[in-house]
Amino acid sequence: MKIIVAIKQVPERDARIRIDSAGKWIALDEIEFRMNESDAYALEEALLLKEAQGGEVVVLSAGPERVGQTIREALAKGADRGIHIASDRLGEYDALGVARLMAAAIADEQADLILTGLQSDDLGLGQTGVILAELLGIPHSSLILKIEKTEVGIRVLRELEDGWFQHIEMTTPALLTIQSGNTRLRYATLMGIKKARSKDLRVIEADALGVDAARCVSLDSVMLPSRQKTTQMLTGTPAEAAAALVEKLQQEVRVL
Amino acid sequence: MSTVLVFLEAKSGEPTRISLEALAAGAQIAAATGAALAAAMVGAATGAGFGMLGAAEQVFAIEDPLLAAYTADGFTASYAQLIAQVKPEFVVLPHTYQVRDFAPRLATRLGRVLISDVTGIAMDAGKVTLTRQLFQGKLNGQYHAVVGSPTLLSVQAGAFRAEAAAATQASVTTFTPNLDAASIRTKPGEPFRAAAQTVDLASAPLLVSVGRGIKDEANLPLVKELAEALGAELAASRPICDAGWLPMERQVGSSGQTVAPKLYLAVGISGAIQHLVGMKGSQCVVAINKDENAPIFEIADYGIVGDLFEVVPALTAAVRKAKG
Ligand SMILES: Cc1cc2nc3c(=O)[nH]c(=O)nc-3n(C[C@H](O)[C@H](O)[C@H](O)COP(=O)(O)OP(=O)(O)OC[C@H]3O[C@@H](n4cnc5c(N)ncnc54)[C@H](O)[C@@H]3O)c2cc1C
Ligand SMILES: Cc1cc2nc3c(=O)[nH]c(=O)nc-3n(C[C@H](O)[C@H](O)[C@H](O)COP(=O)(O)OP(=O)(O)OC[C@H]3O[C@@H](n4cnc5c(N)ncnc54)[C@H](O)[C@@H]3O)c2cc1C
Repeated sequence: MKIIVAIKQVPERDARIRIDSAGKWIALDEIEFRMNESDAYALEEALLLKEAQGGEVVVLSAGPERVGQTIREALAKGADRGIHIASDRLGEYDALGVARLMAAAIADEQADLILTGLQSDDLGLGQTGVILAELLGIPHSSLILKIEKTEVGIRVLRELEDGWFQHIEMTTPALLTIQSGNTRLRYATLMGIKKARSKDLRVIEADALGVDAARCVSLDSVMLPSRQKTTQMLTGTPAEAAAALVEKLQQEVRVL
Repeated sequence: MSTVLVFLEAKSGEPTRISLEALAAGAQIAAATGAALAAAMVGAATGAGFGMLGAAEQVFAIEDPLLAAYTADGFTASYAQLIAQVKPEFVVLPHTYQVRDFAPRLATRLGRVLISDVTGIAMDAGKVTLTRQLFQGKLNGQYHAVVGSPTLLSVQAGAFRAEAAAATQASVTTFTPNLDAASIRTKPGEPFRAAAQTVDLASAPLLVSVGRGIKDEANLPLVKELAEALGAELAASRPICDAGWLPMERQVGSSGQTVAPKLYLAVGISGAIQHLVGMKGSQCVVAINKDENAPIFEIADYGIVGDLFEVVPALTAAVRKAKG
């Protein structure tokens, strides 16, 4: 089975978020980057399938030069090769534009399965995978926790709301967007890291893909949210704050 | 005249709460842009649920046996056909798991991008600005749709107030899409629930809820002791249950339990929307978090900014002392 995994590089989870001077995006100078969480699970599912069925896992990522480091991380975990759509101006595209770049970059791959994360931890539109499926003319399922191969295609486990689930059967080629948390993620071994250095990483310039960057949606500005509720902040040493909270729980909330 | 078209979801024949919120959001846009409000829902036009859409001037019942079970292919094709007939300027949807599944495909088919999970709509001189959260609620982003139509948006649960249905009743038109069984490429199974519940979080008056700030399973006794001292049940955010540190039945949020206790004490939880929807009905929310900008503080009544590894033991001691 040939599986393509789309991986986005995003700011570290606990990164301090400051808005840049133009108010259009966050300041990136002190930010560390990592693999988007649900994409790490998508990669894990792909590697498990490859181990069970044989085949190839190809990692696809669009972004500036630093994205190469996240692709190498995926290669170190066991992916076979990488495709880097290089662009310093990805923010000029909307989700449809980014998906068009990805569709163009993998047009010749003839993959059986394409996996993406459910949603990115930064912009979090939660759409790029499904858009890509429509562009490629293949079926999709989203919020997937588990993939099994069947005679005619695949059977996947989909998460529904409020603790419900559902199985879906579908033919391949197909695209799945993967939800976080269903498996343990592997770590890259030293051997894996060494091997990754010699694995094939193809860099394609975004401009060479002939995709129109014209957006149909524009992100005009970013800002800190305003508080809906007035929170009483209890300050002081931990012991003082704890004592103050206990008093509130006794006197105002009346639960003690 | 331009139209705002709202697609609603039905459960047991009636529109869901979030769908009525989407209808209210649609009404807001229609009023500000002078557009007509239209509503559409899958089902038979005779269904009682259609009587709850009185706010709309035009109501469509989308009817086809192939839509009995949800599939992305069936819904995308039917909705696209209705959009082609109505030619709306705006398409509004509730941001549910189902909408997340097909709406990006629908938008792509129309050559558009869905603005998803919208929390606010502002209108200024004919320009509609839509707000959505970034970085799991740590930031807001303001968007607008560029040239072309329709503008597609999905609205977050709880962001708009569902209005009581207007007394007037719009006539319901049946819309029969042109569907072909072969174009539906997925075969959905019956929904099922995971293992039976052994704790009933929903009836617990006090909850101590733990998040990823606890860092390691070995640190869980810290919050367990606090819960014991308070006489509270233990709950958790999703990553804690995913990691297997606590069973899934203790998970609060959109894919777990919905709770509304007298006290919800969140320890090391950031406050992502999928967590908040499960607990924002709590009478009192207390948050302990080291990041003063954590979104959980936006809905907390009391907050302590600090290291949980210092604050929680101090709180356990203070509770024990108060209880004597
Ligand atoms: C400075 C800046 C300005 C922007 N301006 C605009 C704007 O004006 N209008 C607008 O619509 N958008 C804008 N964007 C958003 C940008 O185009 C998004 O990256 C795009 O919308 C994809 O959405 P997402 O990150 O929300 O991914 P989601 O749809 O949440 O991602 C789902 C999955 O798709 C895959 N994926 C997503 N992106 C990539 C990638 N780059 N490489 C590999 N896999 C990927 C991953 O598997 C991911 O888990 C801007 C972004 C920036 C940083
Ligand atoms: C479709 C979907 C469904 C989902 N369903 C659910 C759901 O049902 N329930 C749910 O909870 N989530 C759900 N999620 C996940 C959700 O988006 C968040 O990722 C999750 O809630 C984050 O959990 P958290 O707050 O524990 O972790 P994080 O977001 O990592 O937050 C950890 C917090 O701990 C704080 N912290 C760290 N160290 C310390 C310290 N020493 N002292 C004090 N504070 C500290 C940090 O400042 C941070 O705010 C869902 C996501 C999706 C996409």
